[in-house]
Amino acid sequence: MHEMSLCEGVRSVIEEAAVKNGFTGVKTVRLEIGKFAGVEKPALEFAFDVVMRGSVAEGAALVMIDLPGRAMCYDCLKEVSIENRLDCCPDCGGGKLMPVGGDEMRIKDLEVL
Amino acid sequence: MTQERLIEIETDILAKNDRYADANRAVISGLGAFAINLVSSPGSGKTTLLCKTIEMLGDQPLAVIEGDQQTANDAERIRATGAKAVQVNTGKGCHLDGHMVGHAMEHLSLEKNAMLFIENVGNLVCPAGFDLGEDCKVAVISVTEGEDKPLKYPDMFTVSEIALLNKVDLAPYCDVDLDLYEANLRRVNPGIEILRISARTGEGMQAWVAWLRDRLAAKPGAGV
Repeated sequence: MHEMSLCEGVRSVIEEAAVKNGFTGVKTVRLEIGKFAGVEKPALEFAFDVVMRGSVAEGAALVMIDLPGRAMCYDCLKEVSIENRLDCCPDCGGGKLMPVGGDEMRIKDLEVL
Repeated sequence: MTQERLIEIETDILAKNDRYADANRAVISGLGAFAINLVSSPGSGKTTLLCKTIEMLGDQPLAVIEGDQQTANDAERIRATGAKAVQVNTGKGCHLDGHMVGHAMEHLSLEKNAMLFIENVGNLVCPAGFDLGEDCKVAVISVTEGEDKPLKYPDMFTVSEIALLNKVDLAPYCDVDLDLYEANLRRVNPGIEILRISARTGEGMQAWVAWLRDRLAAKPGAGV
């Protein structure tokens, strides 16, 4: 979904950080992306290169760290880790799971010059 | 020699959108108003549903923000009911964002205790991720789309508080299993409320309008 808008979000956060922290180049951008965030990684990588052009992060490497999918099981009332959005509860086999984590899209840190 | 260093950011990628959304939410709450973000596939019947809802709400102060990639057709349909409406064209954009909605709200002069209906771009993917400052998302899904829509596009139904299963008058003609539709909605969101409606025949519309009135009445500052 909308990977281009996400990269525009990343760019504006980096530009604010550059003013605040006084750096002029970025070597690496590390993002944390939840399993259920709906982010298509190759599309994000492509959009990242395009959107960062002309900014302090032009040419920076993009590193994506996966965060696990977590859900609350409405049957056994436990918080469980799941691989896929439509998985059943690994503990009780129930099918009523409400995601409680895994939709994160966060900029973790920057390696800057 | 240049010195490399690590800067902790720990910021949501959509932080900027969230700031706009929070500002919209503050304006809406300050007025004791209630805002919904209507999300669905294209062609689920959102605009017809809105026209009918506006008619049934009578004297209730309200306003509409219409999001589409192109044309002002929907805002014109809403204005024909006598309601205030602003059209936002997103161009190539696949969703409304907090900034667009904030800008549209400036043109609406929203009244105290009003209902604000934001009709998002017809798209079951991207609008799920963008907070607009609404009180809740309402998913409209029509019986012709197929019972497995909630399983194919789970995020939209996970973030919605209520699903309106629209066009139930067509159910006998399209071999749809409405109970399976509801079971699939609950599979991706065990807490979702579901109403079976037909904006065309009026079936279920009383319950929907009652839901809206209850939610507005429950907002702090409303009714003052």
